[in-house]
Amino acid sequence: MRGRACKDMVRALGSHTLAIVHGLGDFTLFTLRSFQSALGSRRLFRRVLRAGFEQGVRCLPVILIVGIFTGLVLGLQGYYVLNRFGSESLLGALVSLSLVRELGPVLAALMLVGQAGSALSAELGIQRNTEQVAALETMGVSSLGYLVTPRLLAALVVFPMQTALFVTIGLLGGSLSGSLLLGLESGVYWSSVERAVQMQDVTECFLKALTFGLLTISLCAYHGFNAHRCRNATGARAVSASTTRAVVQSSIVVLAADYVITSFLV
Amino acid sequence: MVLSSPDLLLQVKGVHKRFGANVVLAGADLDVPRGSVVTVMGRSGTGKSVFLKCLAQVILADEGQIFFDGRALADNDAKSRLEFRRRCSFLFQSNALFDSLTALENVALPLEQTTDLRDAEIRERSLEAMRQLELESHQDRYPSQLSGGMQKRLALARAIVTRPELVLFDEPTAGLDPLRRNAVFTMIAKYQRQFGFTAVIVTHDVQEALAASDRVALLDKGRMNFQGSPTEFRASEDLVVTSFRDNITALNASLAAIRQGEIIPSEDS
Repeated sequence: MRGRACKDMVRALGSHTLAIVHGLGDFTLFTLRSFQSALGSRRLFRRVLRAGFEQGVRCLPVILIVGIFTGLVLGLQGYYVLNRFGSESLLGALVSLSLVRELGPVLAALMLVGQAGSALSAELGIQRNTEQVAALETMGVSSLGYLVTPRLLAALVVFPMQTALFVTIGLLGGSLSGSLLLGLESGVYWSSVERAVQMQDVTECFLKALTFGLLTISLCAYHGFNAHRCRNATGARAVSASTTRAVVQSSIVVLAADYVITSFLV
Repeated sequence: MVLSSPDLLLQVKGVHKRFGANVVLAGADLDVPRGSVVTVMGRSGTGKSVFLKCLAQVILADEGQIFFDGRALADNDAKSRLEFRRRCSFLFQSNALFDSLTALENVALPLEQTTDLRDAEIRERSLEAMRQLELESHQDRYPSQLSGGMQKRLALARAIVTRPELVLFDEPTAGLDPLRRNAVFTMIAKYQRQFGFTAVIVTHDVQEALAASDRVALLDKGRMNFQGSPTEFRASEDLVVTSFRDNITALNASLAAIRQGEIIPSEDS
């Protein structure tokens, strides 16, 4: 009896492992094919611009709001901590390094996943359900090239831009906290920022933004595009399930990738 | 592989398709002469749509061969399949219009993505297709803002804008009332003559199909039990054909009785 239970457990473990490996392979092929589809795609630049508008301009308010509050909180918390050691003059360094190296890329990516990623996944899922994807294929148009490639290419531009904006607004927030609310000299804050941030930090920031953009948008597109393959649901429920899965997995991937990149670069 | 039947634009030989244990097509054949309207009829759930999707290469057949313009599609590489798709259009039962694009953008999409025409030329050809289908005044509307009949015409405009040689219609009258059903078949016949494409229609509207088609075929249990002209279909004494005809006659009699208030339809009818 115990032997059978053990066998079942091993079998279940094996089947789950195989499913994960298969999923990873399928996702990698999907991403590679999406980039490959750029080669034969007509009027791609126009669609990249449109996708850039959807991902960039529409996400602007949330990036600005979260960015400013992140900076304000960092400035406030940082000031009180540094004040204990008489090092308030290092507030600019604390805020800037936190934002540039970690919080900027991670929080901007999470905001973009919540706004643009979820919308992309749901839209592709609905397009799959209403045979719009099949319609493209019958026209002899690559559905990946038309629907996914522009979004991926746009993400490679939009994520670094939004991250830069997030960091800039965050630094302004930190300055507002430190200078206007807590009485720190504005010059002290900004000179501390200038001294602290090195080119390597900026490179790390953009490298993270690029990686997060590529991983999250392709994950969201993958789940939306394959909504019809959802095992436990069909129709609207499949779209809902695939969108949820896309957002959850993208958020986890952002944090995991952040750890991996940081551990290699530090 | 090349087939020597120049009169046939499309020829299907022994197509099989199964989904798991469910055998949907078990050796279906079909001959489609150039410039004709061929209708595939059959009861609901007999695999008519699957058959049409196999023709359009949306679903790949497990066995059998499909010849287009004398060449076997199954033997061809991806490039040739792409060429076939660009010479053929498919009208989905659901219309499959892009809901985030305007009517004009929907019609222009295949030209934008499959040709190197200039923008002005694409716009002109798209507007021309819309004009021919009396949709030009709705060019800036979204599909959701159009009526069911207009959406059907818009889907047809998108299908013909590339000037295809073959148009495949999947249940073009599904969900429409008898008057609109008749109008859709009339529209297909009219535009087929106007543009000269070859049409394959899948439907279960027998009367309209017989009136609008040059040839009809009857799909039953995964095979084509009959292929011939509408006159031959009406005269056929094949058991499957007569049984199908009898069912349609009985259904029409029931519908007429319901309309006249003689029968109250039950929940499961």
